[in-house]
Amino acid sequence: MTDKTAGGDVRLAGISKHYGSFTAVHPLDLTIPQGSFFALLGASGCGKTTTLRMIAGLEEPSTGTVSLGDREVTQLPPYKRPVNTVFQSYALFPHLNIYENVAFGLRRRGIKSVKKQVEDMLELVELGQFAQRKPHQLSGGQQQRVAVARALINHPQVLLLDEPLGALDLKLRRQMQLELKRIQTEVGITFVHVTHDQEEAMTMADTVAVMNGGRVEQLGAPADLYENPKTTFVANFLGTSNLIEAEVLEAGAADVTVGSAGATLRLPAARCSTTPKAGGKLLVGVRPEKISLVHADEEDTVAAGRNKIRGTIAASSFIGVSTQFVIDSPVCPELEVYVQNIERDARLAPGAEVVLHWNPEHTFGLDAAQDIDAGIETVEEGA
Amino acid sequence: MTATAAPPQAVAPAEPPVHKASLRKRLVPYWLLLPGILWLLVFFVLPMLYQASTSVQTGSLEEGFKVTWHFQTYWDALTEYYPQFLRSLLYAATATVLCLLLGYPLAYLIAFKAGRWRNLLLVLVIAPFFTSFLIRTLAWKTILADGGPVVDVLNTLHVLDVTSWLGMTEGERVLATPLAVVCGLTYNFLPFMILPLYTSLERIDTRLHEAAGDLYARPSTTFRKVTFPLSMPGVVSGTLLTFIPASGDYVNAELLGSTDTRMIGNVIQSQYLRILDYPTAAALSFILMAIVLIMVTVYIRRAGTEDLV
Repeated sequence: MTDKTAGGDVRLAGISKHYGSFTAVHPLDLTIPQGSFFALLGASGCGKTTTLRMIAGLEEPSTGTVSLGDREVTQLPPYKRPVNTVFQSYALFPHLNIYENVAFGLRRRGIKSVKKQVEDMLELVELGQFAQRKPHQLSGGQQQRVAVARALINHPQVLLLDEPLGALDLKLRRQMQLELKRIQTEVGITFVHVTHDQEEAMTMADTVAVMNGGRVEQLGAPADLYENPKTTFVANFLGTSNLIEAEVLEAGAADVTVGSAGATLRLPAARCSTTPKAGGKLLVGVRPEKISLVHADEEDTVAAGRNKIRGTIAASSFIGVSTQFVIDSPVCPELEVYVQNIERDARLAPGAEVVLHWNPEHTFGLDAAQDIDAGIETVEEGA
Repeated sequence: MTATAAPPQAVAPAEPPVHKASLRKRLVPYWLLLPGILWLLVFFVLPMLYQASTSVQTGSLEEGFKVTWHFQTYWDALTEYYPQFLRSLLYAATATVLCLLLGYPLAYLIAFKAGRWRNLLLVLVIAPFFTSFLIRTLAWKTILADGGPVVDVLNTLHVLDVTSWLGMTEGERVLATPLAVVCGLTYNFLPFMILPLYTSLERIDTRLHEAAGDLYARPSTTFRKVTFPLSMPGVVSGTLLTFIPASGDYVNAELLGSTDTRMIGNVIQSQYLRILDYPTAAALSFILMAIVLIMVTVYIRRAGTEDLV
């Protein structure tokens, strides 16, 4: 069970799942490197949980194979797979105390002396004094840690976490995110974490796979996904993006120049997810925190070479560390801009004429054939 | 409506009416209890007291009965009818075990595997109740009749040889043997076993099965370590609902049994209605009640259901 010497990568090859005529997961190839913290991120119904359950063996794939290291496990029932799961609602055994819940997996594998291991594991999740309690006597956060301990004690090759923090309140969730990350670093087991919370995925995971409609839209390190989204869904689902519909004026080898409603913008060709052609359309994106804002009277203070857009402040909301502005511009009706509250300019109030400017390097280009709003509603629903 | 139209200073403090309402609210539980308490008082407590007094009376029907605190009746009844007591408990226990063995798989199937057939199956479980208890038991008399197809098949398969060896049947007949009485009891009380079992199985979160499977428990182990322990409340209430009425039953022994299979219910019935020895009948009833009460208490303690969620 704890054969860690064999390569422990999780490999999914052409794996898919159909329920009748409904396809929950389209054929999917995915390799999850051993020891990594991997997140499957997406809105509800995107197929992330089904994918996880296929790895656990709780769901049989319609096509494709699941391998752990060199071993194909597609046909193995869950109780024969060196994989353990932390369930969404924890699924702790209500008739057993915490000690016996944690010892369950060891006992099933015929291990007699479980005391030391169980105590060490309860220590790891800081629940030593609760060993004799029943699950219903613990708080949500404590139950969650028992669920983690119950799975981890078996030293699985892979630990699967199915929205493990979904039932916790925000503060506890933050705390548990750090806790899980700490545990993962400590034990070095591969974690596959399913979540709809993009912030959670980015905080915890080394690699995030963004899923949408049963497919992986994009896969990469959190910072990479955030900075270089390849689709509008990823751009909108991970954080907020300002997407501007523009026409390509000039497509050079290094720089692309686009025009939109009189404004001329530049972006690096390398950051376009599609090959721009002069005269064609392109969606130009920039993150709200990359944009600087000055009052229209100070337009001449903006350094040359920066992307510039004129607009009017439609709304502003002060949220402490930053102020979030919504700018109405001929280029784009609702541009979002986050300005850090270092020096606040009193003139920047709703109705003021402003100039938005940012470094062209911070601009990315997306294929204009996509739905510009993909991923927006699902974010609100998910959060 | 009028209050909103009135000037602000005219609004009286709302304290007293609120107080009155809360008192009325506190009385609600008692009002809800009242019909049940009255019912039990008239139809349970009073008859019990009457029976208790009967059991310590002496006399005869012609001369009338008088309370003489004659506790000897209890001892006499017990010494005379202890075989029937033992037989009742044995038959009831056997029927309860058979009900559990038959009912558990069915309840499990309905709770976890039946899908859209679930409600239909539940209706079928209680369907026998649409026919009278007596008629159903009389039907068993026909089913188990000597030379009937059931007995023939059992004979051909040599099942009756085995049951004869066990002392449950005699020769080539089933009717008027212990087997027939136990079968009747099992049949009649089976729904009382299935329904509580179903209720407690249905409450089990199926994700617990997944969790157990995920933690290296094969399906049989999952059943032993998770499903069965969690269904214990159903097992306990099902066995009680079967065992208690079965131990006092007399219809099955009357219709399907013989004089050798008389249960304590039959004795009480004949003491009351044929021999007209009311004190003995009352004493037997109390002894049965005490035995069942003690057994049930010990059983519940041992099963440890109070520990379950």
